[in-house]
Amino acid sequence: MFATQVYGDNGKMKEYHYTGPVEHRFSPYSFNGGTVLAVAGEDFAIVASDTRLSEGYSIHSRDSPKCYKLTDTTVIGCSGFHGDCLTLTKIIDARLKMYKHSNNKCMTSGAIAAMLSTILYGRRFFPYYVYNIIGGLDEEGKGAVYSFDPVGSYQRDTYKAGGSASAMLQPLLDNQIGFKNMEGVQHLPLSQEKAVQLVKDVFISAAERDVYTGDALRICIITKEGIKEETVPLRKD
Amino acid sequence: MALSNVLEIPTSGFNFENVARNVALEGLLEGGHTKTPKPMKTGTTIAGLVCKEGVVLGADTRATSGEVVADKMCAKIHYISPNIYCCGAGTAADTEKTTDLLSSNLTIFSMDSGRNPRVVMAVNILQDMLFRYRGQIGASLILGGVDCNGNHLYTVGPYGSIDNVPYLAMGSGDLAALGILEDRFKPNMEMEEAKELVRDAIHSGIMSDLGSGNNIDICVITKQGVDYIRPYQESEYKDKRQKRYKYGPGTTSILTEKIIPLELEVVQETVQRMDTA
Repeated sequence: MFATQVYGDNGKMKEYHYTGPVEHRFSPYSFNGGTVLAVAGEDFAIVASDTRLSEGYSIHSRDSPKCYKLTDTTVIGCSGFHGDCLTLTKIIDARLKMYKHSNNKCMTSGAIAAMLSTILYGRRFFPYYVYNIIGGLDEEGKGAVYSFDPVGSYQRDTYKAGGSASAMLQPLLDNQIGFKNMEGVQHLPLSQEKAVQLVKDVFISAAERDVYTGDALRICIITKEGIKEETVPLRKD
Repeated sequence: MALSNVLEIPTSGFNFENVARNVALEGLLEGGHTKTPKPMKTGTTIAGLVCKEGVVLGADTRATSGEVVADKMCAKIHYISPNIYCCGAGTAADTEKTTDLLSSNLTIFSMDSGRNPRVVMAVNILQDMLFRYRGQIGASLILGGVDCNGNHLYTVGPYGSIDNVPYLAMGSGDLAALGILEDRFKPNMEMEEAKELVRDAIHSGIMSDLGSGNNIDICVITKQGVDYIRPYQESEYKDKRQKRYKYGPGTTSILTEKIIPLELEVVQETVQRMDTA
């Protein structure tokens, strides 16, 4: 098919000029798309992700959620290069077990965040191509969100979006949860129902305009009762 | 005499005035740490097939700019002449302008000769122009039309190659669409069956390709006339949000206010009666 030579190695369309023989370098990374979002409330935390796994312009899977349950009070959302996401979550799981066996207690959300930062920085010169967001309950039972960059810099937030549609979602969350750029609006604390509604609406918008986001939305709601999961369909095109 | 203003023959060989300018601009902009503007591509699925009574063309309606959807309802089936329509994939500006140019040239020809242009003429003009620009114009086009010689379907590639086939698909979703077409195409199909087949081919491109999406447009060209159905099928995914996001007046903060009264002086006064009977 003559159209196939129009695509470059990463599956995207090439520019239309012939520049002579080109040396193709092997890239160890690939971008598999996906968006992750976490919101912390007074006594709950929500981690949500879409379930589409893509590469270039194709779809590998429509059912590959990016939220992984770590403990009864912590969920991590990883998006970016799927290979590194899988390895990183395996490593975190192993370290959690080791901690539990040595210290006879589960790791808290803050401890997991600090540990993840060290793990990521350990690979400073060949990073894990993963955008992480941890959502969970802290020792006092309040919601906590920790957001990371690929080499381990992290901070505690109230809400954070990561992944391919993060630039579209973050300003919307800043406005709706942080009440930024608005005047004369009552600063009501975020209830669990409102937060879930907002997360669903925000992902519908992301799926409209970002090609890598869609198929379905997986929401994990973390409260002191445990972790509840909900799946909502999104655009499939 | 009349034909000389139909095709403007360039002075000599290839016209690369703008390429040198672009390279210079890029160097200037990169030095200033700003990116050159990325052209909007249509990342598309387009398909066409020849049936018993005419030609059926189909296209999706999503235009992407990198990974962001720039236009959810873009029209990819362009008018060339009353009996010829063209689907375009590739750089959006290129497909628009190339088809516009072709359409204008053929209108002049029609007025001059008093007859509808033939599809081969449109194909030859396109091929000339795209080859002349050596692939710099990123337009992959599917031309379909009905003329005195029958029903035709041609494809023109960005480097100027052409192909005359009974069914084809182009764009980033072409392989998905072609799978459906290869499976169910038969020569001399009935009109309804042909429309369904093109719809299914575009639908498969929309579902399997990230660069295609939203609605499906269909254009049916027969000897009797053209039926441009836009949209033939609307996307089944409606963005139903649970909450309405509206801002009351006064939400945007006013930081400073400056009122400048305009001083007007009356220069001339005229009275014109209105008939209000």
